Amino acid sequence: MQPLRVLIIFAHPRFEDSRTHQALIAAVKGLDAITIHDLYELYPDFNINVEREKEALLAHDIIIWQHPLYWYNCPPLLKQWIDMVLEFGWAYGPGGLALEGKYFMQAVSSGGSREVYATEGRNRFSLNTFLAPFNQTVHLCKAHYLPPFAVQGTHRLEAAAIADFAQTFATLLIKLQKEVPLVELKAFEQLNDWMTTFSNDIR
Amino acid sequence: MSGGFLIQAIVFLTAAVICVPLAKRIGMSSVLGYLIAGILIGPYLLGFIGTEGEDIMHFAEFGVVMMLFLIGLELDPARFWRMRRLVLGMGLSQLLLTTCFVFFLFYVIGIGLNTSLALGLAFSLSSTAIVLQTMKEKNLLHTSGGQSAFSTLLFQDIAVIPILAFLPMLATSTNQLAANNHQLLPTNTPAWLHTLVVLAAIALVILVGRYLAVPLLRQIAKTRLRELFTASALLLVVSIALLMQLVGLSPALGTFLAGVVLANSEYRHELESDLEPFKGLLLGLFFLSVGAAIDLGLIGTQPANFLFLLFSLLGIKLLVLWSVGKMFKLRNDQNLLYTLSMSQIGEFAFVILAFMAQLNLLDKNGFSMGMALTAMSMTITPVLLLINDKWLSKRMNRVLPEEKAVSEIDEKHPVIIAGFGHFGSTLGRFLRANGVQAVYLDHDSEQVALLRKLGFNVFYGDASRLDLLEAAGAKSARILISALDNPAANQQLVETVHKHFPHLQLLVRAKNRYDAYELMDMGVESIYRESLDTSVRLGVDVLTMLGHRAYSAKRSGQNFIRYDEEAMHELHANRHDTKQYLSRARQQIEMQEKLLQAERFDKTATGDHAWDSEPMRKAARGNTNPPPDKSAQA
Repeated sequence: MQPLRVLIIFAHPRFEDSRTHQALIAAVKGLDAITIHDLYELYPDFNINVEREKEALLAHDIIIWQHPLYWYNCPPLLKQWIDMVLEFGWAYGPGGLALEGKYFMQAVSSGGSREVYATEGRNRFSLNTFLAPFNQTVHLCKAHYLPPFAVQGTHRLEAAAIADFAQTFATLLIKLQKEVPLVELKAFEQLNDWMTTFSNDIR
Repeated sequence: MSGGFLIQAIVFLTAAVICVPLAKRIGMSSVLGYLIAGILIGPYLLGFIGTEGEDIMHFAEFGVVMMLFLIGLELDPARFWRMRRLVLGMGLSQLLLTTCFVFFLFYVIGIGLNTSLALGLAFSLSSTAIVLQTMKEKNLLHTSGGQSAFSTLLFQDIAVIPILAFLPMLATSTNQLAANNHQLLPTNTPAWLHTLVVLAAIALVILVGRYLAVPLLRQIAKTRLRELFTASALLLVVSIALLMQLVGLSPALGTFLAGVVLANSEYRHELESDLEPFKGLLLGLFFLSVGAAIDLGLIGTQPANFLFLLFSLLGIKLLVLWSVGKMFKLRNDQNLLYTLSMSQIGEFAFVILAFMAQLNLLDKNGFSMGMALTAMSMTITPVLLLINDKWLSKRMNRVLPEEKAVSEIDEKHPVIIAGFGHFGSTLGRFLRANGVQAVYLDHDSEQVALLRKLGFNVFYGDASRLDLLEAAGAKSARILISALDNPAANQQLVETVHKHFPHLQLLVRAKNRYDAYELMDMGVESIYRESLDTSVRLGVDVLTMLGHRAYSAKRSGQNFIRYDEEAMHELHANRHDTKQYLSRARQQIEMQEKLLQAERFDKTATGDHAWDSEPMRKAARGNTNPPPDKSAQA
């Protein structure tokens, strides 16, 4: 069976200084049937080529928004991408069925750890609560929103830990390319958790 | 007056320093300035110099020789070949026809055959200095009228050589002796031997130019002594001139030839720039002495004669030029520009007349008359061009207001763009693509006609003229864009607008930083340096190609432009305090350097640490409680 095609919409305004995302990208770059759109490299003037992005969306099955979390949100160019590419009448609204049945997932990094992103933590809300607008956006486009893959507490991560995360990310994508067990995945808060259930097989 | 060399030098230089800027100021060429200065200090007015003026003239003729060397240097054979049809066709027909008519005119009024012919040749030429200068100032060189003028002038410049060589043949044999008294060969040399010597000399010049001069110049350039290079360039020209004189040829011919031979060498530009000041000075001196030699009293005693000749000559020249223009299918307005701008008698006439006097082809009266006619015809040119401009702008701009009611145009066109060159047209296309219809002003009648055809609202004329601005609707417009190529013209426009249309928002194109300073002095706020954005954009692409992230390179470019504009405003404020300016300039450069380096290397030192997580990492490692406001960042 052909692997599902993955499109990574990657947004990082300062990629050259990001340890986490450099590792994540390096781990998945060049894998079979994976395309990466590096938004800040493609559109430094924020002038997004909407047609090209739409064509790319149509040509892929799994779309991953990969970005750091800045002020509990995505970097501005990704928001610009969402605003411009997900057109009314194409992605949503009457006749907007282009993305129907596709899978969307976020791969995010945050400086604060998972514990901090909790009702009793300093950030008061869970990561998934902050990501609710993305979830709803995908829902409105009649696509499936998967739980996020998250690298958290990046400020304190050692290089080895980051490498671990990158390896897990690559394994996750390869797994999803084979099959997306939607009901099973929805039971997890983060896809990191799903991956831990296989940790024994991998190691 | 025989106060020695220094006093003479003072007289000449003072006259030049006073008269030339004055002539320039009222729109005449520097040639006229020198002439007027010469007349002033000459024996007929102030009498500072007397007969020694003629000796000086002989000396200063060397300026002409040098000018021909430089013309030869500039004669790019490839360019000449490309324009051969225009150069040969227009140039030859203009020269021959004018010479014929002028010859006929003088012959009919009873002047000798040979002299009439020589006068015909002298007066057929136009002034390269005046025409090219005027065209350049008005940015008209690229129009078909300008190109035609350029071609004709090129031909004339080349034709001077054979004319100068030809003149001695017109003189009677006794005169020839007087003219070439430095000749190597005795006068009784047989003709074949003489021809052989001449040919050998020419061959020598070509051989030396091709095989000896360039290696020699290369060796001298290696010494890196600039004055040595200048000295050898002078030596080259002087020795060729002497050689030519020895074999009885015109020195101008020889140096011109040497110039052409050296035109393709790598030292062309060095030679040009080294000899340019000498040429300028000597030519100035030459024109000064010519002015001093003009007999004003003579003209005063026979004004009718003078006026008759002046208008006949102008008439002949205009008629021939117009017909040549027609023959080469110039549009009427371009032909008019070509005809009127070329109507004067050129500075080479001074050379030829002086030479004729030397050869006794012309007596003192005839010489003075010829000089005065030439000078006067030069004075008339700017006046003719001014009249043409007024008339043409009236004729060309009449079309538009008839088509539409003026108020209608005004409502639709809040923007006026002065200048429709490369800058203005790009801007115009952009605005048009966004549905903004602007009114354009341009000085090129061909361009205007074309744009009219394409449906642009274009007015012909000098954009800084009040009536033109009014016709273009400056009263009701909101924005005026000054996109002229010539900084002086832009400033003039700004002045007019400030004075008469203070409500207009002015956006001005500036060539560079210094041009921008001048505009800031005038109180212009929106200044667009053409050298800024494009070069930074190119730089951003370079960074990207070298592997920098596109967005970081983009931001660095944007910052650079912002810093640069800020620095320019600060520098402008201190511009007139030179000492401070120097130190401030250094300070600014250092600031800029620091800011830019900081952007790449030492991020914490600048105000910009967007998306920089290093301090947060440090805080997180050292302190269990990182600052809460940044904790969201990764």
